[in-house]
Amino acid sequence: MNFLSLFVLIPLLMLLGLWLAKGVKAVRGVMVVGSSLLLVLATYLTIDFLAQRAGGNTAEMLYQASFTWFEPLNISYRVGVDGISVAMLLLSAVIVFTGTFVSWKLSPNLKDYFLWFTLLSMGVFGFFISIDMFMMFMFYEIALIPMYLLIGVWGTGQKEYSAMKLTLMLMGGSAFLMLGIFGIFYGAGGQTMNILDIANHTGGAHAIDFAGQCIWFPLTFVGFGVLGALFPFHTWSPDGHASAPTAVSMLHAGVLMKLGGYGCFRIAIFLLPEAANELNWIFLILTGISVVYGAMSACVQTDLKYINAYSSVSHCGLVLFGILMLTTTSTTGAVLQMLSHGLMTALFFALIGMIYGRTHTRDVRLMTGLMQIMPFLGVCFVIAGLANLGLPGLSGFVAEMSIFVGSFQNADTFHRVLTVMATCSIVVAAVYILRMVGKMLYGVCTDEHHLKLTDATWEERFAVICLIACIAGIGLFPSWISSMISDSVAPIIDAVKQAI
Amino acid sequence: MTYTLFIILLPLISFLVLGIAGKWFSHKTAGWIGTLALAGVTVLSYYAAYEYFFVIGRDAVTGAFERQVPINFCWLPFFDQSLHFDMGILLDPISVMMLIVISTVSFMVHIYSFGYMKGEKGFQRYYAFLSLFTMSMLGLVVATNIFQMYLFWELVGVSSYLLIGFYYTSPAAVSASKKAFIVTRFADLFFLIGILIYGFYTGSFAFVFDTPEGLASYAQAGFILPLALTLMFIGGAGKSAMFPLHIWLPDAMEGPTPVSALIHAATMVVAGVFQVARLFPLWVTYAQDWMPVIIWVGVFTAFYAAAVACAQSDIKRVLAFSTISQIAFMMVALGVCTELQTGHEHVGSVGYMASMFHLFTHAMFKACLFLGAGCIIHAVHSNEMNAMGGLRKYLPLTHITFLVSCLAISGIPFFSGFSSKDEIITACMAYSPAVGYIMTGIAAMTAFYMFRLYYGIFWGTENKELHAAHHPHETKVMTWPLVILSIITVGVGAYTTLAGFGMFEGYSFGSLVSADGQDYRIHFDTTVALTSTIVAICAIGLATWIFKGDRQPIADKLYATFPRLHRWAYKRFYMDEVYQFVTHKIIFACVSKPIAWFDRHVVDGFFNFLAWGTNATSNGIKTLQSGRVQQYALVYLVGIILLIAMLLIF
Repeated sequence: MNFLSLFVLIPLLMLLGLWLAKGVKAVRGVMVVGSSLLLVLATYLTIDFLAQRAGGNTAEMLYQASFTWFEPLNISYRVGVDGISVAMLLLSAVIVFTGTFVSWKLSPNLKDYFLWFTLLSMGVFGFFISIDMFMMFMFYEIALIPMYLLIGVWGTGQKEYSAMKLTLMLMGGSAFLMLGIFGIFYGAGGQTMNILDIANHTGGAHAIDFAGQCIWFPLTFVGFGVLGALFPFHTWSPDGHASAPTAVSMLHAGVLMKLGGYGCFRIAIFLLPEAANELNWIFLILTGISVVYGAMSACVQTDLKYINAYSSVSHCGLVLFGILMLTTTSTTGAVLQMLSHGLMTALFFALIGMIYGRTHTRDVRLMTGLMQIMPFLGVCFVIAGLANLGLPGLSGFVAEMSIFVGSFQNADTFHRVLTVMATCSIVVAAVYILRMVGKMLYGVCTDEHHLKLTDATWEERFAVICLIACIAGIGLFPSWISSMISDSVAPIIDAVKQAI
Repeated sequence: MTYTLFIILLPLISFLVLGIAGKWFSHKTAGWIGTLALAGVTVLSYYAAYEYFFVIGRDAVTGAFERQVPINFCWLPFFDQSLHFDMGILLDPISVMMLIVISTVSFMVHIYSFGYMKGEKGFQRYYAFLSLFTMSMLGLVVATNIFQMYLFWELVGVSSYLLIGFYYTSPAAVSASKKAFIVTRFADLFFLIGILIYGFYTGSFAFVFDTPEGLASYAQAGFILPLALTLMFIGGAGKSAMFPLHIWLPDAMEGPTPVSALIHAATMVVAGVFQVARLFPLWVTYAQDWMPVIIWVGVFTAFYAAAVACAQSDIKRVLAFSTISQIAFMMVALGVCTELQTGHEHVGSVGYMASMFHLFTHAMFKACLFLGAGCIIHAVHSNEMNAMGGLRKYLPLTHITFLVSCLAISGIPFFSGFSSKDEIITACMAYSPAVGYIMTGIAAMTAFYMFRLYYGIFWGTENKELHAAHHPHETKVMTWPLVILSIITVGVGAYTTLAGFGMFEGYSFGSLVSADGQDYRIHFDTTVALTSTIVAICAIGLATWIFKGDRQPIADKLYATFPRLHRWAYKRFYMDEVYQFVTHKIIFACVSKPIAWFDRHVVDGFFNFLAWGTNATSNGIKTLQSGRVQQYALVYLVGIILLIAMLLIF
């Protein structure tokens, strides 16, 4: 038995445990044990992966395993990981772990909530370990459905509307995606769903003709792009995040949106290299717009979650932007940005949720001087804000700089102009972050109700500190993770470049 | 010299300790942790300077100080073009000099803050931020490559943000900190783009142009370097508060006064000058045609800031504008430097040395002035000049040290500012007499507004009302740093003045720091020295005549005669309002708001329209599934008829 399957098996066992669990304590116990196991597993995987790579194992995907699942369509349960997926698995494990603590006191129906939460994380983990297109698609769908219920039942505000909108838009993306996947499957000969085989023309697969690629590339890219908040398909994001309960926002912005970037790279770029070279300019413009447009919109929002959601549009735009620039550095930067944005935005949503849970408002204009009342949350909020605007020493800086330096390697005017445009977002980010921090935390508290509020509880502190430690860890010592990612990115980008 | 690593690590550790565990320490412990770390840094810096200049010394062959790189490692690899982001420590004359400046001033500020911040809420936080700032600034000056410089540059920016906003309950401090961060960040954008260009075309971020061979290796990128350097200069202009990016610095005075002394007078604001100096060989070799940009930005800023300083009433604002003006002097000095080779026949290279020398002397006397201002504010609880007057009796030590620094900044012989400013004017004269005379004129304005300030604080009418309620006094822990800084000012001033006039042969500042690392002995040009001294004395005389008395009929008359001029200068020529208009009325109102509206109504509206359309269509079709047999039969019949018709036609 391949140990990657544990990433799916543990959530399954957790589901069973949750189903059997009686009482809040037992439910929490199952969650803590399960998510800790996942975290340990992800850490072990990272260490072992690095050791194997250091030991000279240069296989494209490590820990491969496979067994046939549906013969007629050549669908197999096939797993394997490279540096990119390891980074994503680590991210998911951290978010699920901290998300558990953030949802500690959620009511009502904590048990049902955690059931869906776990199912969602199973989908996410399954997605990142799969190297079979169909499996990937299946896990992707598994992750989407619980989102609908989590927002629709445990959300706030216009929750039904937001849940419906989010699900429909993402499902719309899935429709494109499904078309694209079958297009790739039959375009490559209809013999295998294995991503590696299709990319390397082995296992019965042959090269997909250029005309076909030019159809399937936009379909798959948009399909995954919807999830990665690609302009103009991003509008589910502000509403969805605003209505979702805290930990769901964390998981959604932190991990689920990364499925988009990961899929774009793994399927759209990797499998359709000629079309990626030919058509990336269209999407570069769209992502370039996302980056600036998201940041600009964030400047005038008044709801904390909307600010962060638009800032996510901007940052996730940068992820797709980095991928589309098709250089090793920029793509590595994009993966780092996924990692960094995942942690940062999870931290942000966690803090926003904690503050909202106390003040019962998310309107920045209605809050002042919270720093004096909840110093711990205030300080962490400032750190999250600084990470968001790319302060050196925190993860955002590393990712953004890699993307910018990498993008700049494209020496033509078109790419240069877009790169400069994208760099402008770091100034705008400073504007909306400082505006929010200044309005909300600084000054003197004037609201009587706010004066009586308490600072973070132990489980909240624990979750927040874990996230900050990860952000600072990557920010201070980026080279190992950046090398791990680029080892896997470089061959793919080289292949794409050669395909011209 | 690996121990230099601790110069950066010590304040970092102290920041982490105070930042994480600060609230469990008493004020005193926290202060001691920060101060001891800084004491360690100071000792190490002085030792490093000693070792660098006197133990390792000059290279036997070239006769110059060679750069030392005790540590350099790859922090973040980039994978294209084999670019990499290194971290390390680079010691060369200017970075070692900066180590001395930063550690000395920072140490003084740490001691001083014991008194100034006594009993303040957030004392631990204050010391944590000071440590963070010191760490970042030290990291900036010892950077081995442009990207490391940028990294610490941003950190310096954020520590400045945190310290300006230290009194976060005051709205003025909050908006000042925000402004400072955003304006400098905007400038840093250009810096970043400059770095990207520089890295792409030169294939490296490292500073390897200290030797002629190293410098020649940049030739293939020579065509683009002027652009890259100018973009980086914009970043430097933001940090160093050059017009029109200066608007954040006067507002930054909302921070605690010791912070203004450390960050906004002595160290951080000269980062831009340091950056230009660091890249100077490239400027001179490849971008000589673009250097007038530096000169004229500098000249205009120096003049503008001096003019505004003459009309301000808040003592910290006067000092802030004076800082802007003095930094502009340093910029101009770098701009007028046209060659690298030093020696008395190469007068074109004096500017570089003069700029660094002025940076050094200015840091000392301006820190002294700010700390003195802190004592005054501490004593009278106000920043406004009209709340002061006649304080010389109450604050004797502050008075004397303030006077010494005022004399230094005015350029009176035997005070340090004289020597450095004189060299700057000499360099300007060598470049173009026009620039030289303008700068002499601005130096006179400097003397004038500084003595206006001096008389306003220490002479004139006492504010009896205020003093009755609270007896102004000074404390020892706050006066010691003033004394030390003014001893440095007088000591350096007397020594360099005597040496410069040829009284004795000895080392001078130019022996340690010069454009090409060779020994350059400062000798004053008597005409320049004499002119600038006379001009300064006249300006001081004028200020004495107008402002010394209890009542100031002349000043009042001047205000009455030119009310509009005074008002414009007082309002800083409305630069802030221009910015306010552009950001709020144009960017927010005309870009952000419409974008947000567009997103909610057009983009989102489209998807809502799709949903509505689907809904409406479904509603339309659903009547077909009514369950009434008659209807089905009708549809069935019509269908059959249509089919038959089609078969018959085709």
